[in-house]
This record gives sequence, structure tokens and C-alpha cells, in this order.
Amino acid sequence: MASIWEYANPVKFIRTTDRLLPWISVAAVACLAVGLVWGFFFTPEDYRQGSTVKIIYLHVPAALMAINAWLMMLVASLVWIVRRHHVSALAARAAAPVGAVMTLIALATGAIWGQPMWGTWWAWDPRLTSFLILFLFYLGYMALWEAIENDDTAADLTAILCLVGSVFALLSRYAVLFWNQGLHQGASLSMDAEENVADVFWYPLLVCMAGFILLFVALVFLRTQTEIRARRMRALIAREGAY
Amino acid sequence: MIALLSRDLKLAVRAGGGFGLGLAFFLIVTVLIPFGVGPETELLSRIAPGVLWIGALLACLLSLDRIFALDWEDGSLDLLATAPLPLEAIVTIKAAAHWLTTGLPLVLAAPALGVLLSLPQGAYLWVLVSLALGTPALSVIGTFGAALTVGLKRGGLLLSLLVLPLYVPTLIFGAELARRGAAGLEVEAPLLMLAGISFGTLALLPFASAAVLRINLR
Repeated sequence: MASIWEYANPVKFIRTTDRLLPWISVAAVACLAVGLVWGFFFTPEDYRQGSTVKIIYLHVPAALMAINAWLMMLVASLVWIVRRHHVSALAARAAAPVGAVMTLIALATGAIWGQPMWGTWWAWDPRLTSFLILFLFYLGYMALWEAIENDDTAADLTAILCLVGSVFALLSRYAVLFWNQGLHQGASLSMDAEENVADVFWYPLLVCMAGFILLFVALVFLRTQTEIRARRMRALIAREGAY
Repeated sequence: MIALLSRDLKLAVRAGGGFGLGLAFFLIVTVLIPFGVGPETELLSRIAPGVLWIGALLACLLSLDRIFALDWEDGSLDLLATAPLPLEAIVTIKAAAHWLTTGLPLVLAAPALGVLLSLPQGAYLWVLVSLALGTPALSVIGTFGAALTVGLKRGGLLLSLLVLPLYVPTLIFGAELARRGAAGLEVEAPLLMLAGISFGTLALLPFASAAVLRINLR
């Protein structure tokens, strides 16, 4: 039984992900196509929200991945700090922009849905506010990666920032709930779709969520490969220059 | 430890450091707010606690990059790191010095500026309490940010980007405490949360700051 740590070897990682990537990409595209077409064209319109309800097929999976991308970065950062596998640090770096875009999609689709339904693009609702804060965390994380030239230093610093940031992000989540409890609308914007979405909406949503997860995995694999190759190229150029 | 603290305090006061700067910035922000939102007493007294908190936070932010930058430039940070004192203690003292030169004057100036914003009578005590409890957390969190960006040429903007999201919980509970106190509402929950954040960051964050500083000094 091969240990998972074997994939800390960049060559092994690239070889394996190369083999997996076409399958995952095809599966992601298939899931998204099926889920979105099913959701957009073959579900009834909600009796209260009309066709606007269909934005849920983008909004909920994006929001799901926005949070899970940060969790994945947290795990990858911990692995880097503890075991110092470069692939792990690069995977965390690769996931950050994807997670930031997911957060942005969730915020944007939420605003587009909120305009007709709530009559406003933006409300300082706890959920909305905590996603905005999460987005700021992503920005800071990416900016720190870009700002530091030494790769290992950057990996160390961003890993610690990710750990500290996670604690503060959680803290902000509860602070925001405390701060604006009175305005919180429960079920109308609940992400706990299992509880209040009928099955007709739930199955295509499930397919969309699977599609987003696969899409995220595919993008992170691809971006990590790119980072590994870019770093190898820089090492080669540096060696050439030395002769 | 005392020697390092008094050295930092002397440097801040005598070398034209952040001592007056933060205070002046705080003053200017609070004076400009009424020009921005209009002079109605009612409106001003409603937003006064929040304005004082925002002003204090920004003034704090302004002087963060000075915590390590000068010591980094002249190499005394390397000396401090090799000193028998653990780096965690040095970081804590740096944060304490920052609070004494920036946070404490802000706390003391807040009631005077509250008069300008027609802060309601009952609110002075709570603004004072919330700032006194909250500004140490701002200094400690800021020290972490300053440690992250210490080696960078133009770290100022990045420092703000990193530190501001970390300030969110402190700001929420601090301003909420001041606001509830001003309105005469129940204050126990935000008071406890703010105290928790302050003491929690004071106890734990120096370890992260020291780890970050060690990486940067490598």
C-alpha cells in the first residue's frame, strides 16, 4: 500500500496527476453541464421566487468551495510546516486564487439574486459580511506570496498567515453573527439546502456541487503542476547562468 | 526586558517616532468626520463611539511598520534575536512599547475628542473601557503583521492588507461595547468577548510573531 507521502515527490505528483487530470476534467465538465442544464431548464420555477431561484446552482456550489478551498489551504499549510514537502506549499499557493474566485462568484451571484429578491445588491448580513472578510483574507494571502522573493520564506510565512488567519476568520464569523443578529434572515438565504429545498431542486444542485468540487480539484492539480514546472525551470535557468 | 522596553519607549518619544503621529492622526480623523457627515448633534452622538474606534484603529495601523523596521535596518533586530531573551518575549515587549506610545495616548485622548463629537454623557466610561481593553489587541495583532512584512521594501500597503481583516473581530466587539454602553444596553457579552480577544491574542499571538520573525531573520 503506497503511502500518501509518496506524492510529496514532485515527479511522482506530476506523473500521477497527469494521469488523473483528463478524467477529472471530463468528469467536472460533464457534471457541470448536466447539473446546470438540468437545473436551468428542467426544474420547475419556484412559486415565490420565479426563475431567480435557479442562480442557486452557481451560488451554493461556489460558496461551498470558497470555504473548502481555505480548509484545503489550511491542511496543506500544516503539512508544509510539519513535514516540509514543497508540493504541499505549492498546492496551497495554487488553491488560493481559485478559492478567491469562488468567493467572488458566490458574492456576485448572491448580489444578482438579492437585487430582485431583497431589493438590494448588498446588505450587511452576517453571511455576506463573513464572505467579504474571507475574500479579504484570500487577497492578503496571495499578496504575501507575491511580495516575498525567497520561495521557502514565502511558503513559511504564508503558511503561518493561513493558520493565524483561519483562527481570526472563525472569530470574525462569530463576531459578525453577534454584531448583526437582528437582521439575519434565516431560511430565505440558508445554505443548509438539505433542509428547505425540495428534491426537484436538490438533485441537480448535488450534481452541480460535485461538478464544482471536481473543477476545483482539476484546477488545483493543474496550477500545482504549473508551479512545480515554473520552479524547476527557474532552477534550470539559474544553473545555466552559473556556467 | 525592562531595559528593552525603556529603550523602545525612549526611541519612540525622542526620535520623532510614532508617538505624536498616531495621536495627531486620530485628532484629524475625528475633526474631519463632522465635515463629512454634517454637524447635526444627534447624528454625531449616534456615530461617535464607532468613529472613535475607527480613528483609533487607523491611528494604530499608521505606526505599525515602525515596530520592527528601524531595528531591522540598523541590524539591532539580529542582535536582539541572538540575545538570551527569548524572541517571544522581545515581540511582546515590542507590542507593549507600541501600545504605550500609540494605544495608551489614544485611549486618553478619546474622551476629549468625544466632546467634539458630542458623545452622550453615559458613553464616556464605555468608550474609555472598550478602547483600553481593545487597543492592546490591536497592538499585538499589528506586531504579528509587522513581523510578517519586516523584510519587505515597501511593506506598508501589504501590512494594512494583512492586518485589517485580522482587526475585524476586535473592532466589532469594541465598537459594539462602546455603542451598547452609550445606549445604556446590556454590555456583558461584548465586554467579555473583547477581553477574551485581548488576552487571548496577548497570550498566543507572540508565539506566531516570533516564529514569523525567526523565518524572516533566517
